[in-house]
Amino acid sequence: MVAHIFRRLVATIPVMGVVAIAVFALLHVTPGDPAVIIAGDYATAEDIAKIRAKLGLDQPFLTQVGLWLGRIVRGDLGTSIYSGLPVATLIGQRAEATIALTLFATIISVCIAVPLGVLAAWKKGSLVDRAVMVFAVSGFSMPTFWLGFVLVYVFAVSFRWLPVQGFQPLERGAWPFLRHLILPAVTLSLVYMALIARMTRASMLGVLNEDYIRTAFAKGLAPRWVLVRHALKNASLPIVTIIGIGFALLIGGAVVTESVFALPGLGRLTVDAIIRRDYPVIQGVILVVSGVYVLINLVVDLLYVVLDPRIRY
Amino acid sequence: MSSSTHVLGADVSGPPPPITRVREAVAERPSAGVRAMRFVRRQPMLVLGVAVLALILFAGVFAPVWWTGDPLEMRPADRLTGPAAGHWFGTDNFGRDVYTRTIYGTRISLLVGATVAIASLAVGTALGLIIGFYRRLDAVMMRVMDGLMAIPAILLALALMALMKASVRNVIIALVIPEIPRVIRLVRASVLSLREHTMVEGARALGARTPRILVRYMLPALVAPLIVQATYICASAILFEAYLSFLGAGTPPHIPSWGNIMAEGKTYVQLAFWIILFPGLFLALTVLAVNLVGDGLRETLDVR
Repeated sequence: MVAHIFRRLVATIPVMGVVAIAVFALLHVTPGDPAVIIAGDYATAEDIAKIRAKLGLDQPFLTQVGLWLGRIVRGDLGTSIYSGLPVATLIGQRAEATIALTLFATIISVCIAVPLGVLAAWKKGSLVDRAVMVFAVSGFSMPTFWLGFVLVYVFAVSFRWLPVQGFQPLERGAWPFLRHLILPAVTLSLVYMALIARMTRASMLGVLNEDYIRTAFAKGLAPRWVLVRHALKNASLPIVTIIGIGFALLIGGAVVTESVFALPGLGRLTVDAIIRRDYPVIQGVILVVSGVYVLINLVVDLLYVVLDPRIRY
Repeated sequence: MSSSTHVLGADVSGPPPPITRVREAVAERPSAGVRAMRFVRRQPMLVLGVAVLALILFAGVFAPVWWTGDPLEMRPADRLTGPAAGHWFGTDNFGRDVYTRTIYGTRISLLVGATVAIASLAVGTALGLIIGFYRRLDAVMMRVMDGLMAIPAILLALALMALMKASVRNVIIALVIPEIPRVIRLVRASVLSLREHTMVEGARALGARTPRILVRYMLPALVAPLIVQATYICASAILFEAYLSFLGAGTPPHIPSWGNIMAEGKTYVQLAFWIILFPGLFLALTVLAVNLVGDGLRETLDVR
């Protein structure tokens, strides 16, 4: 098992290497001189030269790649052109809001979507099933930020139950923290919910046809018991997998959601960096987020062993 | 044995000769209309999706016809007025008619959705066929694809937009690039299983070269899954264009796209909610229609 974890960890290195090179190469494959683009429309030749030197763009290409990879390995993500602060510090400052938002959204999604999917599979073809499927396809189709505004309009502007925007750090108390997170998390969770509900239903449908399910029902077990202990447990692998893969969707949604609700998270950091063409920050955020994505899917991979004892390494 | 003789018509003691029944069956072959109705009943969602999509396409292509005005005309005196007879969807902060702008916005969304789907399929299929067929290339390229797919699509598109001038063409490029590895993956998986297929072996034995096998034997087998994939890419491209525009890194602000209209409306959520409400409804409806078509096609074409 330990050897397996180690092997899997090593296998993530080339993937992260590709991410790092891709993020770096972005600057060079796009048309035009990156230093000129980053400097903006009103830059002087001097500004452009300064940025070129700062980003090492005056060096030969392969030297740049080497320097970039070397810095990343040491954990140095560079410094922001706009604020002059280290990118790692900026990301650290903004991590709390994004982690809170995505974690909260994940909890909401899993707690609602998995039971919905189980119910839909159990009552296949019924009204409940169709309602869940309609909900799922609508969830995929709804623009995240639009849903956010609709929720704000209904619950914050019309009823005044919840705050319109903003974020309260956890250290100022749990209730203000949660109150500010409810609307953004619900907004963000919809797509994720649709994804998980659909996968749960499909996976459960496969398992419910098995003989042991018929046996379990035949020996008179309560449906709830059969569905959760016999069916869901065996249907869990694809569900866990989609939760891992869906993280990419969640982080994409978080960028937009943070913008709607003015949450000081990584998404806002990215959008602000794009408007200021603060490229080191953009690169840093992409690198960190992709790394988290790879790690989450590594954990999912390792969870297989726990969920299905037949899988041994 | 008796059943087989019966089928052959040799069982004299059996029921009346089946010939007449066959004739009846031929005569009863349903007309095109009846068959269409059956199809509607079997795939109501697919038909609904196609109908809604056709309606939206119609609305966008013939935008000037539908009692719209000039999407760019500003009337400061009429700014932020709610939906009424003159302005069905209200006006925005410059007094522009939101209904007109929403109808014109259809064009950008459909253009981006269709172009991104076609372009990423074309590039992804070509690369996927080649990568899937050459084993040595495959191992390396799939690691590269894994790495590229680890970058969330929206972040990659945002980063690309940060380095390119805002234009519809560049939005399309920024949305195609993250899709390509996903198409390659799909094509490559099919090629790997098809490579061992008897028909490929047969073609080889007949002396067919690799390019011919790829194009004449593998590509046709890929059409159904690729069509389904195209609808999903189209749906997500329409959404992503709106996301990029909404975040200020997409279609140039002077072009009325749904994302741009909503981006301008975000400051006025409390005052003039209609600026966001109506383009968003159109956007959701369009994406929903495309998704319904995708799900319906997936079932009809029996993809996975």
